[in-house]
Amino acid sequence: MVNRRVAVPQMAQHQQTLRGKTPAPPVVPGSWKTVSSSQLPESPPVSAQFFLQQCLIGLTNGALVALVALGYTMVYGIIGLINFAHGDLIMLGACLALSLVTAFGLATAGPTATWLGIAMLIVACGLFCGTLNVCVDRIVYKPLRNAPKLAPLVSAIGVSFIFMNIGLFWLGPSDRSFPELLPSTNLLPGEGLQFTWKDLLVLVVVVPLMLALSLLVQTTRLGRAMRAVSQDPTAAALVGVDVDRVIAATFFIGGALGGAASVIYGLYINTIGFQMGFQNGLYAFTAAVLGGIGSIPGAVVGGLVIGLVRSLSSAYVGERWTGAIVFAILIVILVFRPEGLLGRRTKEKV
Amino acid sequence: MTPAPSNLPSQNSTASGWAGIREFVRERWDLVALVVLAVAPLVVPALGGALGGQVTTLFIYCILALGLNVMVGYTGLVHLGIAAFFGIGAYLMAILTVPMYPFQIGFLAATIVSVLATAGIGLALGAPTLRLRGDYLAIVTLGFGEVVKVTLRNLEQITGGMKGLNPVPPPGAGVKVGGLDLGLAFAIDPRWFYYLALLALAGVVVAMRRLEQSRLGRAWVAVREDELAASAMGISATRVKLSAFAMSSAVAGLAGCLYAASLSTTADPNAYDFNRSIMVLCAVILGGLGSIPGTILGVAILVGFDTVLAPWADSWIQQMNINPTGSSLLSFSGWRLAIFGLALVLVMRYRPEGLVPSRRLAAELHEDHA
Repeated sequence: MVNRRVAVPQMAQHQQTLRGKTPAPPVVPGSWKTVSSSQLPESPPVSAQFFLQQCLIGLTNGALVALVALGYTMVYGIIGLINFAHGDLIMLGACLALSLVTAFGLATAGPTATWLGIAMLIVACGLFCGTLNVCVDRIVYKPLRNAPKLAPLVSAIGVSFIFMNIGLFWLGPSDRSFPELLPSTNLLPGEGLQFTWKDLLVLVVVVPLMLALSLLVQTTRLGRAMRAVSQDPTAAALVGVDVDRVIAATFFIGGALGGAASVIYGLYINTIGFQMGFQNGLYAFTAAVLGGIGSIPGAVVGGLVIGLVRSLSSAYVGERWTGAIVFAILIVILVFRPEGLLGRRTKEKV
Repeated sequence: MTPAPSNLPSQNSTASGWAGIREFVRERWDLVALVVLAVAPLVVPALGGALGGQVTTLFIYCILALGLNVMVGYTGLVHLGIAAFFGIGAYLMAILTVPMYPFQIGFLAATIVSVLATAGIGLALGAPTLRLRGDYLAIVTLGFGEVVKVTLRNLEQITGGMKGLNPVPPPGAGVKVGGLDLGLAFAIDPRWFYYLALLALAGVVVAMRRLEQSRLGRAWVAVREDELAASAMGISATRVKLSAFAMSSAVAGLAGCLYAASLSTTADPNAYDFNRSIMVLCAVILGGLGSIPGTILGVAILVGFDTVLAPWADSWIQQMNINPTGSSLLSFSGWRLAIFGLALVLVMRYRPEGLVPSRRLAAELHEDHA
């Protein structure tokens, strides 16, 4: 895998660092020193092709971030809770995916079986994460609907710790590698831009899921109920919406999207660990806020922006500054557009 | 640690004997705790060793949590990046005192400069962002925390990267009082730092009490309860929030100064990451928002759990030979995160006002139930 991009070594190196390191930053003290400024390229390549390649990587990464961000934004939109456990839920989904891949020996299966297997993985992990999310809502968040606003937030942090502990027992303390199931042949003609099966997989899964979600929210009865509850739960209950069921459905859909994201994450990044949920959750949550938390198109736009910023800053400034740049941009955007890119401006009610 | 302060009037203050002592402890738990903590190092020899250092760190976290309490407890603004200000305080302290830099000013001067500078940084972050709604403000503080951590880690020429800055000289280095070299005393006996941290904590507690009762403190609470109503009463919500932000940052900076000085290094930047912020926030919420004894109790429980209970339980399991294969499922530390998470969930479920709620908050919740 390291040598597959010999045609453009400079670029391959960047892509490698982006894919390999962003999921869970090494917590080993001193490991950051390996990327000292002397080892970075003197001046980043300034060709248009390099830029395009970084944009492509950024958009693919961003699509993945957006899928996770949807889970945050849907839950926030409906009950106003920052679901801190969402990232760790996805970590558990990735654990299940890894266990299933090992149990069914998918790494050695033929091409048809592999694609079928991936589809099964996405369904299984989606169901698992969705159900788990609904259970957590029932047991932990539901009794706190009328509690002070901080109570569910702290509970969510607590759930996130519990999930992390389960992940620790499931995976062990060190990172595990997720098998490469897809061939890494370039799908684009020529030796310039790289676009592999993995990148295609991300788009093939993420784009239809997002379209389905927006159709569901805009056209179906459930979607209408979700929008109603999000605007005013009391009024929605008055006109006959079963608020609890709508909230449960929201948690299920958000969790299921996260479950799909966890499978793609494993296949795309190829490294999972029990601490991956935190960092990914942070980026996804940032994306949701950036787009305007509570807004579904906002989460998609926010995710793509975060993906682009990450890949471009990794390529042109250096990967170790990526985290700072992402959050600095977030702060600046919020200062000038406090409701996020696509969020609605809400008036303070008396 | 200490029982909750009672708001009952002392009816039987004339009662003698055991009941009288109990009443006194309930009324003046703070004084009793202070005396006990002040005498402890003279009686318990272990406090002169590693344990003393741990208790010192506990005091420092109490100061940090009390700083956070100003913002989250009194003013009701969620702050997810308090560790950044803790770190800024520690690094400023180090920059002002380590031999690597030309300043090398004394401990007291460095503390004052660092605290003021940390408050200034808090103001600079707060001024443009305080008009944001609650959750957006929370994410801004979270983002700021990440930016600070990454910056501390990467500006190797200034912050020493992962090595941190050291050695931070002990307070009073080179100062001689009546033949006693203060710096040497601090370096040799951890009890000196124990008393310094205890003194600082007591000072912060007294200051917080005075603030609570002051015009500004009441304005903080008013803004927390209802910003619009407070504005209608002539309170400038922005200015009040900004002052809370600055006060939080300053107290966190003070904690950072003491931390760097007590460890004689800033440690690596990961000591100031999001996890630290979350731990402190959980301590404040667990103990009781806006409650000084609650905040201290919350820190004591969380830190005590990690540094006292977990190692003790692990060694007990080892001694009883319950876990001969060394499986992580049977070790106490393996369950640390889950126990901690479960505790947070249960406390929020059954006691959302915290273990030792502030009188005002408890009264409000009581009113709701009636």
